[in-house]
Amino acid sequence: MTLNTLTLNEALKKLAKKEFSLTELYRDIDHAVRTMNPELNVYLSINKEAKKQAADADGPLGGLPLAVKDNFLTRGMPTTASSNVLWGFLPPYESTVTERLRKSGGVIYGKTNMDAWAHGSSTETSDFGPTKNPRNTGYLPGGSSGGSAAAVAADMCIAAIGSETAGSIRQPASWCGVVGLKPTYGRVSRAGIVAMGSSLDSPGPIGKTVEDCALLFGLIAGADPYDATTGDMPVPDLTAVQHAGVKGMKIGIVYMDHPHIRGTDVDKAVKQAGKVFASLGAHVEEVPLSEKLEEGKILTPDYAIGVYTVVQRAEVSSNLARYDGVRYGRDRSYFGEEAKRRIMLGTFTLSKGYADKYYIRAQQVRSLYIKNFHDLFGRYDILISTPTPGYALPLGASAGSPMFGELQDMMVEPSSLAGLPGISVPVYRNPSTNLYLGLNIMADQWQEEKMIRAASAFEQNTDWNPWLKKGHV
Amino acid sequence: MTKTGNGFELVVGMEIHVELKTKSKMFCGCKNDPFRAPKPNIYTCPVCLGMPGGLPVPNKKAVEWTIMLGLALGCRINKLSKFDRKNYFYPDLPKGYQISQYDQPFCTDGSVMTPEGPVGITRVHLEEDTGKLLHTDIDGKRVTLIDYNRSGVPLVEIVTEPDIRSAEQARSFLKKLHQIIQYLDISEADMEKGTMRLEPNISLRTAGSDKLPGYKVEVKNINSFSFVVKAIEYESARQVKILKQGGIPDQETRGFIESQGVTKTQRRKETADDYRYFPEPDIPPFFLDDEFVSSVRAMIPEMPDEKLTRFVSQYGLTEYDARILTETRAKADFFEKAVAIGGVSSKAIANRMINRKIDVLGTQPAEFVNALRKESQKTAVPTETYEAVITEVINSNPKAVEDYRAGKQTALMFLLGQARRKNGSLDPREVIAGLKKKLG
Repeated sequence: MTLNTLTLNEALKKLAKKEFSLTELYRDIDHAVRTMNPELNVYLSINKEAKKQAADADGPLGGLPLAVKDNFLTRGMPTTASSNVLWGFLPPYESTVTERLRKSGGVIYGKTNMDAWAHGSSTETSDFGPTKNPRNTGYLPGGSSGGSAAAVAADMCIAAIGSETAGSIRQPASWCGVVGLKPTYGRVSRAGIVAMGSSLDSPGPIGKTVEDCALLFGLIAGADPYDATTGDMPVPDLTAVQHAGVKGMKIGIVYMDHPHIRGTDVDKAVKQAGKVFASLGAHVEEVPLSEKLEEGKILTPDYAIGVYTVVQRAEVSSNLARYDGVRYGRDRSYFGEEAKRRIMLGTFTLSKGYADKYYIRAQQVRSLYIKNFHDLFGRYDILISTPTPGYALPLGASAGSPMFGELQDMMVEPSSLAGLPGISVPVYRNPSTNLYLGLNIMADQWQEEKMIRAASAFEQNTDWNPWLKKGHV
Repeated sequence: MTKTGNGFELVVGMEIHVELKTKSKMFCGCKNDPFRAPKPNIYTCPVCLGMPGGLPVPNKKAVEWTIMLGLALGCRINKLSKFDRKNYFYPDLPKGYQISQYDQPFCTDGSVMTPEGPVGITRVHLEEDTGKLLHTDIDGKRVTLIDYNRSGVPLVEIVTEPDIRSAEQARSFLKKLHQIIQYLDISEADMEKGTMRLEPNISLRTAGSDKLPGYKVEVKNINSFSFVVKAIEYESARQVKILKQGGIPDQETRGFIESQGVTKTQRRKETADDYRYFPEPDIPPFFLDDEFVSSVRAMIPEMPDEKLTRFVSQYGLTEYDARILTETRAKADFFEKAVAIGGVSSKAIANRMINRKIDVLGTQPAEFVNALRKESQKTAVPTETYEAVITEVINSNPKAVEDYRAGKQTALMFLLGQARRKNGSLDPREVIAGLKKKLG
């Protein structure tokens, strides 16, 4: 056993008991990174001060090494968002999330690869080469937080941080067989994160277990004076409620009758998960899919692709305007194909004469999804589904497909448009490919407690989480 | 209604930008003091420099002040308001968009009264100022430097209806607006520095028509009220010439050239600008309930018109004197402090302040009152002097006396003037009373 394979909570317990030293743990992490990073391309940069910072660290994270997606600004450490435009940019300030992690005794071990500007769901659109899926290197890790999910899967860190606009935490978590938590929009500060879709971006933890994510969530969540969209409602202690179980909970299964899903492994795995919850005392039922807004039914995610694409591209086109090469980084000629496409589409949908047809219409449909979830969360405590239509796709699958990400993320786009939280936990492993599927557990806004209880109950009562398997460690 | 005298009528609307003098900038904690900054780019941070990850957090004071100004201009305060992004590229705009307000400004539908008639206020909204470009030579090379000290300074935009019908009305309106802003103490409103910027939109229509002209000419670079007057007069003449020849003036932006008193083409506007406005996702919308609006209303100090009325009734001042004394809050406050000290009549204080143009910022009211008190003791005019002067004036101005007796009140003022010319220390009220008594 090597120490890098420990979960965050295991490592903290063993450190407290002085079963090993931080130096030994960093030695094992360094070894894993040295041997695997050349092939997996998980880290874009490594913090040379990590061990020194670990020795000085003080707080609940005990100096443990964390992998952070490269769109979080880290003072004095390169931050590129995987784009050549930001090559050579050394941020003069720190993102709120990484600042809180550091203050909690966390150490930023390195910055992880991602789709350039977070535009994608494959990590193939990185200007610095794709990341490979550690579970099967012929496959994509998903994205955009593909580097962070792969770092966790490959035990190249103890836990990681990613960010999600729609799917960018949960889809790679699902494909890499790890746990990814997307908080309620506004729960975790976006300050100091390279903006993508500003009305959707939600930073969150990616970890080996639900418990690890629960711990990290508590350390990064909460109102931030530097982000006016953060809510000042109290942050729930997910670690305290995670083992409360699902007895008496009302759970709805959604999207399994969607044509992309019906009859697939995803369909089977999610329904099987429903049975697990039922056996633990929850009331589980399938929520019928509907083509139009109807009470008690889930509105098809098909429209969300259009809505999400229009809203997000509009915000992207405006958010990328600042990269003009005047103050930092390189000029606009370094933008990649996908960024250029998004800038053009976003500019078009906001233009006079078109805004009514696209942007404003999209916002109207967005409000239908919000209404739909409002109705459903009056009936159910949580909704379960899948973060993505299927298994990881082979390397190269995203090339030439500008809508690749939207198709991968369509199952989470409606809930993301509504600002809802969700968590993906491993729900199945295909024995022939070693590829994973994830179970997406969604709750109403600010109700992360409910989804963490279900996620934890599922993880504890099944054998799908590779780190919790009997005999591990 | 003023005509141009050529069968045309002026149609002028104004856009006024005012920088608020809040302590910090609009969306970050940086110091808001660009004009006194010892060096360029020292009051900056990731937010006002448009660094990746910088997010705007609105300045509550700036929002309150904008609403206060709106209320003082008789506006309706929108219950739901929001910020929007106005997207365009310019080197002084670090984010590639300006945070402004598009279709739901804080304040709409107000009005300002001028002696020439009311001027409607279309809207009052809040936005952020840009950085400043400096074109210069360094080592023989032509370069453009950018100073971001001003980037993100809170900026209020006031837009009027096209209700202004003469250059003089434009001046009256601007003076009134300036006075209101200065009373609210929310801006330095200094046109030289550019903390108050004026942009008239000028066009002409056939006199008697109530249709808006099909074009408008926007004039920029104007840094005083007199130049607004000059620009409007110049434009009016220029446009009349074109219209008389059967042409239509171009829709364009022109710059005012101070040294020549003329306007020159800056930018033709053949198509409407497309700023691709959309709601600023980084700032939640504002729900302004009645309670909040009332609390802002309660912060509004006594405004010039109310103060003027009160000065007339409370201190027995003439409307003319009261108007001068309420021109600025500083003057009015000085006057009231001096009166409160006592020992000298309010009229004497008013007279002295007006006649000697007392520097109210550089003088202590107590000193002023003491000096006045000593002097008036010295120069107290005996009753016999009044008698003598009044008799003399009546005898030497038979025409005026006759006019007065025929009912011409102005003749009395003429006689008063003659008396004051003979002896400047006479109290006008005493003289008038004496004249009336003598003349029956």
